[in-house]
Amino acid sequence: MSKTTEKTYKRSHEPVFWGLFGAGGMLTAFLTPVMILITGLLIPLGIIDQHYFSYEKIHGFATTWYGSVIVLVLVALPFWHTLHRIFHALHDIGINRGRDWQQVICYGFAFAVSVFVFTLLLQMLTAPSLFGF
Amino acid sequence: MSELTIEIDVLRYRPEMDNEPFTQTFEVPYTAEMSILEALQYIKDHLDSTVSFRWSCRMAICGSCGLMVNSVPKLGCKAFLRDYYPQKISLEPLANFPIERDLVVVMDDFIKKLEEIKPYIIPEKEKCLSEGTYQQTPEQMAKFKQFSMCINCGLCYAACPQYALDNKFTGPAALALLARYNRDSRDNGEAERMKIVNQEEGVWGCTFVGYCSVVCPKDVDPAAAIQLLKVESSKDYLIGMFKPD
Repeated sequence: MSKTTEKTYKRSHEPVFWGLFGAGGMLTAFLTPVMILITGLLIPLGIIDQHYFSYEKIHGFATTWYGSVIVLVLVALPFWHTLHRIFHALHDIGINRGRDWQQVICYGFAFAVSVFVFTLLLQMLTAPSLFGF
Repeated sequence: MSELTIEIDVLRYRPEMDNEPFTQTFEVPYTAEMSILEALQYIKDHLDSTVSFRWSCRMAICGSCGLMVNSVPKLGCKAFLRDYYPQKISLEPLANFPIERDLVVVMDDFIKKLEEIKPYIIPEKEKCLSEGTYQQTPEQMAKFKQFSMCINCGLCYAACPQYALDNKFTGPAALALLARYNRDSRDNGEAERMKIVNQEEGVWGCTFVGYCSVVCPKDVDPAAAIQLLKVESSKDYLIGMFKPD
């Protein structure tokens, strides 16, 4: 074979975001419809009694260690999913100016929300008296 | 004339005399068993001998006669007038490729990409003929066989919106072929090919629209090949974090 100059390959960091996108997509696809069904239809229609979703119940759940992990995952991952999708949709509809900034804003927003929810839950966990009764 | 006919619009472009492509309409006798390719041959034989189009085998094996039928990528030999009659049919060269002449496109970029992914078995070490053949179980063969059925017709490139936006993307057929070799038990070239896969222009240019697999005339399912490669690329990324090369 003739000697050709070997092409340089640049590894993409996409696996990180694709992983979060995929995980968030699973949750969005499987759990979001269930959550909408419960909170948007079954409770307002009175099929599920409201008191199961009262402030005290939900607060109690969110201030257990497993409850806070579930809430964090349920909020943060679908956010990563959504913003990854928006980031790629911007390219798809032809907005190609400032891809770097688009990336920073999209993933930065998802990151900020994740940190915010994490901090909030941590506060609720460690200082329940501030938020509870 | 009592014979049934069908109208066919053909996009014409002869670079030496036309400034831009234009549509020419032909009226072709209609029979239920007539393919689009046969209709084009009828046009060339009886109506206008200057119409250019590629074809060879007439049976969906050679991959030459890809074109846009009513804006959908199809093989001319595998699409039939009966599926459009009595509506008018519009024929255009494959999308996302430059037009060479009439329905003939320049496929150089696609061919270059096929070559780039090292589409051949890279053995661990060269084996002498006297050592016999490579053995492979049906299970090992099943891992790649589907991805080896590609006829390089280019329909998936005409279907791919990402290739349309940025033709640096390696694209469906080339990545499916890459998966075919990476998944072959006789091959040891995965590390070399993963460098191509891991790039932005590799699998990460794909957003899983899936239209490539819809239009594929051989059910290769390039979209599946690419998603499998994304998983491999993610594993490779993790390993690369701990063991940079």
